[in-house]
Amino acid sequence: MRDDASAAGAVKAGGRGDTPAAGAVGAGPVTRQLRKTGLPAVEDLAQVMPPEEVRRRGPVAVFECFERIPCDPCCWSCQRGAVKPFGDINDLPEVDWERCNGCGLCVAACPGLAIFVVHEAYTDTTSLIKLPYEFLPLPEVGQLVGALDREGTRVGEARVVRVHKQREKMGTPVVWIEVERDLAHVVRNVTVAGGEQGE
Amino acid sequence: MLNPQVMVVGAGPAGMSAALAAADCGVKVLLVDFFSEPGGQLVKQTHKFFGSRGEHAGVRGIEIARLLGEKVRTHLGVELLLDTQVLGYYPDGVLTMERTVDGESEYLKARPRRLVVCAGASEKPLAFPGNDLPGVYGAGAVQTLMNVHGVMPGRRAVMVGAGNIGLIISYQLRQARVEVAAVVEAAPVIGGYAVHASKIRRLGVPILTSHSVKEAHGERELEGVTVWRVDERWQGIPGSERHFEADVLCLAVGLSPLAELLWQAGCRMAYVPELGGHVPWHDEHQQTSVPGIFVAGDAAGVEEASSAMVTGRMAGLAAAASLGSCPHYRELAGEARAQLEALRAGPPGEKIRKGLARLEEVARRAG
Repeated sequence: MRDDASAAGAVKAGGRGDTPAAGAVGAGPVTRQLRKTGLPAVEDLAQVMPPEEVRRRGPVAVFECFERIPCDPCCWSCQRGAVKPFGDINDLPEVDWERCNGCGLCVAACPGLAIFVVHEAYTDTTSLIKLPYEFLPLPEVGQLVGALDREGTRVGEARVVRVHKQREKMGTPVVWIEVERDLAHVVRNVTVAGGEQGE
Repeated sequence: MLNPQVMVVGAGPAGMSAALAAADCGVKVLLVDFFSEPGGQLVKQTHKFFGSRGEHAGVRGIEIARLLGEKVRTHLGVELLLDTQVLGYYPDGVLTMERTVDGESEYLKARPRRLVVCAGASEKPLAFPGNDLPGVYGAGAVQTLMNVHGVMPGRRAVMVGAGNIGLIISYQLRQARVEVAAVVEAAPVIGGYAVHASKIRRLGVPILTSHSVKEAHGERELEGVTVWRVDERWQGIPGSERHFEADVLCLAVGLSPLAELLWQAGCRMAYVPELGGHVPWHDEHQQTSVPGIFVAGDAAGVEEASSAMVTGRMAGLAAAASLGSCPHYRELAGEARAQLEALRAGPPGEKIRKGLARLEEVARRAG
């Protein structure tokens, strides 16, 4: 978990020479850890982390998309052109941070369920995360749910801020949750009482 | 005797695309499937598809089955024959079929001018003590139980295979509230897409690479599974055993093309492990070594549904063109070719590219 937090710093320090306006998400090769375990390593996450000033400013999409596969719905789901057009369908998404307003349309569209929106400074002490959720029952607004990390381990509690069901009946619902600030880049799933997931 | 211009065997993503492409050229198509509705494997695929927009990327498989199914049902050029099993291909170009309606079966024959085989693939088995216990399933069966019939296959599962099928079905098991104790993979790395692996990790499901099943236990049905680590030669390492209680053991260890009809038709076959086993040689128009017989989808080499739709379209267009009914063939086939190349261009396409190259090589050596 600390690894994830420091991954955010690694972008700032290491940098890829990109301006904060645009970053090629996941430009490097996939780590052995990700290949072996399905868990992104610090290096994988560092590649996709939006620059710190972008994250401070407001909600922004975090594309946990590290591997070249033939897939591009994130690109055409974005109404603001924040995901640059793909030359090759296997390209990794390249985000124009200036255009991304964290709306979450891409979160609902991604077939890999690999996109999250993070608003680090939602309040003085909490962050907002929008995450894809394809389980029943869906949580309800105001409900307290278990907050899970990338391994499905419960790391705290989250308050459900909004549940966005998609217009097409088979779209992926997007659940908005509020978590403690230091969990902004740790929590990536929730567990809802009455469901059996994760507990 | 039925005498369609084009007969397509199998109404999955490849077969439906082939039938629609040929029928759009004005050709009369007979589309045959043994199941009671069109869709093939799509009818149980509740996850969203990758690939490009042309192949319904971002749309769930079940929705694609509905969309294409509606098109083949309503297209005036397509006659859809369901509940019909194709039995054999004879040297005079006749195909025999058994059609079952209300428990009564009838025997049918067809001599099509062109044949497109889109029969799909079957699951590979895995040998270990106890693999005959009730509760040991192929992944496809588990998916059929859950997503077609709405039946929970059990309470706690062990999945064998971390390819896309094993990962996706593990996710679907969790959606059906079945616990997944572990995903076991003999290879040292996960074969499926990392996003699918990450998705099930977030649900708390562990993935054990370099692990395989040692044995399945149970008196009358599956009660538990022993897995162990395997070395680089895929031999089990004594002392590394781990036991999981489970009433479902789900095998997702690969697919083999269903190519019996093509064997019978005398098509040149080649053994290409990258494509799933014995596959028919075919050219870039999906035509086999027997003129007038085309192949698409997994029957041509195990790949995935997006490319199945494109190879199907290519085969349908080529079959129509060979009947003189596709005036814009060059252009349309060129588009399909470009789409296929794009789908196969990335790292996951490497296996397919290798397999296709090897298929060419085998054919060249055979002369």
